[in-house]
Amino acid sequence: MLDSKIPAGPLDDKWTTYKGKVKLVNPANKRKLEVIVVGTGLAGASAASSLAEMGYKVKAFCFQDSPRRAHSIAAQGGINAAKNYQNDGDSVYRLFYDTIKGGDYRAREANVHRLAEVSTNIIDHCVAQGVPFAREYGGLLSNRSFGGTQVQRTFYAAGQTGQQLLIGAYQSLERQVALGNVEMHTRHEMIELVIIDGKARGIIARNLETGELERHFGHAVLLCTGGYGNVFYLSTNAMGSNVTAAWKAHKKGAYFANPCFTQIHPTCIPVSGDHQSKLTLMSESLRNDGRIWVPAKQGDTRKPNEIPEEERDYYLERRYPAFGNLVPRDVASRAAKERCDAGYGVGSSKQAVYLDYADAILRYGKIEASKRNLGNIGTDAIIALGKEVVKEKYGNLFNMYEKITGENPYEIPMRIYPAVHYTMGGLWVDYELKTTVDGLYALGEANFSDHGANRLGASALMQGLADGYFVIPYTLGNYLAEEIRTSNISTDHPAFIDAEKVASDRINKLMTIQGKQTVESFHKRLGKIIWDKCGMARNEEGLKQAIAEVRALRDEFWSDVKIPGIINQMNPELDKAGRVADFLELGELMCLDALERKESCGGHFREEYQTPDGEALRDDNDFMYVAAWESKEVGSWNLHKETLDYEVVKPSQRSYK
Amino acid sequence: MQHYTMNLKLKVWRQQNSKSEGRFEVYDVNDISSEMSFLEMIDVLNEKLIKDGGDSIAFDHDCREGVCGMCSMVIDGRPHGPWQGTTTCQLHMRAFKDGDTITIEPFRANAFPVVKDLMVNRGAFDRIIQAGGYISVNTGNAVDGNAILIDKQNADDAFAAAACIGCGACVAACKNASAMLFVSAKVSHLALLPQGQPESKQRVAGMIAQMDKEGFGSCTNTYACEAECPKEISVMNIARLNREYLQSNLGS
Ligand SMILES: Cc1cc2nc3c(=O)[nH]c(=O)nc-3n(C[C@H](O)[C@H](O)[C@H](O)COP(=O)(O)OP(=O)(O)OC[C@H]3O[C@@H](n4cnc5c(N)ncnc54)[C@H](O)[C@@H]3O)c2cc1C
Ligand code: SF4
Ligand code: FES
Repeated sequence: MLDSKIPAGPLDDKWTTYKGKVKLVNPANKRKLEVIVVGTGLAGASAASSLAEMGYKVKAFCFQDSPRRAHSIAAQGGINAAKNYQNDGDSVYRLFYDTIKGGDYRAREANVHRLAEVSTNIIDHCVAQGVPFAREYGGLLSNRSFGGTQVQRTFYAAGQTGQQLLIGAYQSLERQVALGNVEMHTRHEMIELVIIDGKARGIIARNLETGELERHFGHAVLLCTGGYGNVFYLSTNAMGSNVTAAWKAHKKGAYFANPCFTQIHPTCIPVSGDHQSKLTLMSESLRNDGRIWVPAKQGDTRKPNEIPEEERDYYLERRYPAFGNLVPRDVASRAAKERCDAGYGVGSSKQAVYLDYADAILRYGKIEASKRNLGNIGTDAIIALGKEVVKEKYGNLFNMYEKITGENPYEIPMRIYPAVHYTMGGLWVDYELKTTVDGLYALGEANFSDHGANRLGASALMQGLADGYFVIPYTLGNYLAEEIRTSNISTDHPAFIDAEKVASDRINKLMTIQGKQTVESFHKRLGKIIWDKCGMARNEEGLKQAIAEVRALRDEFWSDVKIPGIINQMNPELDKAGRVADFLELGELMCLDALERKESCGGHFREEYQTPDGEALRDDNDFMYVAAWESKEVGSWNLHKETLDYEVVKPSQRSYK
Repeated sequence: MQHYTMNLKLKVWRQQNSKSEGRFEVYDVNDISSEMSFLEMIDVLNEKLIKDGGDSIAFDHDCREGVCGMCSMVIDGRPHGPWQGTTTCQLHMRAFKDGDTITIEPFRANAFPVVKDLMVNRGAFDRIIQAGGYISVNTGNAVDGNAILIDKQNADDAFAAAACIGCGACVAACKNASAMLFVSAKVSHLALLPQGQPESKQRVAGMIAQMDKEGFGSCTNTYACEAECPKEISVMNIARLNREYLQSNLGS
């Protein structure tokens, strides 16, 4: 039975009640308790530093050469918080409600409410750390709006919010390293979980520089290892992002929840050719001011600037007048796909739509001219002023676009297309962020908890930091309070020896195949299967085919992959091979989950289940549950269902019209 | 934008590990599209090397968006290559033309030992941050975010300094292998904010001491760092650091 351990009582009071009753660990005992934190992105760095500040002994791991380089660094747009500084009607309830609705009623109310409650503390803490959020002239914090909301609750640092938040968390982490409270292991990858008497007690990590396997003990293990979007090969994730740590835990008993819930982000730079190694996001914040359109005529080959206003189709504004360009991501992505599939796409591939800043430049120019009392200065001067304002707000994004495409977005509308961006699915966790393995926790994008079937913009940073700074410091204590009598277990324990052997056998096996095809080529082929058949739109037939294809590809991989170099040395191809091997198992589970969920909700769009006007058609009677998969053996799973009870919000057909 | 393809000769630094000696190897890469990124061009070469039974070229990279600071190559003598304000991963092949020979080396500095081929160890930067590059605030201590008013200019300047991605190109560009631009960016980011004031003296003193200990050279104001910094961190930060440092000495 899955017990989500949601505290009793009214929604508003659950977290407060929980905190009031949770077991505590006294300072002397904390010093004796060791916690392993795998991953030092926003979730991991915030957890590791907070736990170390509290007095626990922390060992942290990341595969990059410094914790400052985690994938979180690349987040651009911002972080939400229910501060209501703009006096525009925001509140904890509204943030909670927007998140539940945005997630298409597939998230747990209690978790989401807690997230909204602690959101405000995050901003305060980050400001105290010196995170340079954008400010107004009066010195106060500035806000902007993001998709799926009608208030301005997003805090930002130009287009580098993730970078600044991560640097804040990283600095706190390094401070704890200096104080001797955190032992930091960079260029280390967790490749096995160690379980002793039913409890997570450590990990096997590979030192990527030397190839050596290391055993590490902990009274508890926290996985903060990010999302699995790279199963698609092409995504906006960093190249190294992977599912390995979570997958190893899954295979040792941690259930994997809602794997088919993946987010396709509407505003990315389109694919330019076969050489493409990754995709680049253009922040959602651009939808604040940019207008999205395609030519009203099919196959129109004119340049964008030559197409007059009345021959353009601002299809989001047309279809969703209430939210316009700010509809949630899943809706915006599907709408772009619909237009391109129908033959209205632009650019050489015809797999793109325009994101146009001409109106915004004019509008800002006028505001600026009147602010500065410049009188009637003419259109060119107004445009010049407008460009300055746009540059201040989005300059780095525009630069990035120009570097990649060679086109100047201040003059020519940007071309964008949806791309894989985020994974809502992940390790199943209860209210305390504990997985189905005792003592094993999952935080940040690695867990499944708060975003249901679709995540709203600027909410992943919020969730990662909520989990690390404000949730785990309480909930972990509830477990560790019972562990104060457990002394450190020797890493010579048979469980450590066995786990290390499993890991080393696997590496040896990979290295001895010496087939003909590169790791990269397998990854590309896997990505194509998943993107074509388990991407923006899915159907039964395609999913069944995909499962068969992924299985066949997996067999081919294990018999024909070619990995250069040797084991006991830096070997990026070997690192990648281990990750791709796990993606080859996860890919199958994603398709299985998508097949099983015979409804459309959020990012999961089953073509068989849609309304007459092409919107997602949910089935609350049969599918209002979290699908939590238990691994039996490779390619075989048991499904467990956690029913979602909506006590406060009444689920309805999502409408952004 | 006109696209084209090109054939190139690459002179790449190969080195097994920090203890072994390195050397240049020459490779041909053909049919490279001008739309590719520089690292995608290396990907093409690596695929070919593996297929031919050789070892791929090890290099650091992760975000490929110019923000993680992982990529670190010296291309034709310039850290991060020919484009101003651009990381290696954001450099695109339209910067080159058919027939070019491109030389690719790791960042070179005593404090950044080579791990393999083009990968170096920049752990020294983390240790400099440990020596004071933070504000001492435990989770739970903070006051309301808007209780601290910050002058917009200071906030913007702090932000500009905080844009540093810790890549180390400034060190690789400097004939003395000084880490001054990196250190000054952090000192400025925190010194410009009221939250960073209470610890400013210890911070600058601690970070400078660690920088010296790590074996970085001293700054002789040649400003090669600023010219090669992919985030265009200003040398004005070094001037600010020097003021802070002077004050820290006077005060103590
Ligand atoms: C381009 C882009 C822009 C985004 N913009 C926004 C935004 O504006 N707002 C927003 O809210 N969200 C945004 N997101 C989403 C958000 O950035 C991520 O969801 C979030 O940062 C994930 O944080 P994390 O700490 O969970 O994981 P990550 O930051 O991915 O960190 C994972 C960590 O785990 C480590 N790791 C992984 N596997 C192992 C292993 N086996 N062994 C050891 N270590 C391991 C890594 O080294 C790393 O330290 C964006 C995402 C992308 C791709
Ligand atoms: S100052 Fe510039 S060159 Fe030096 S580490 Fe920072 S971003 Fe890199
Ligand atoms: S790979 Fe991240 S900055 Fe170049």
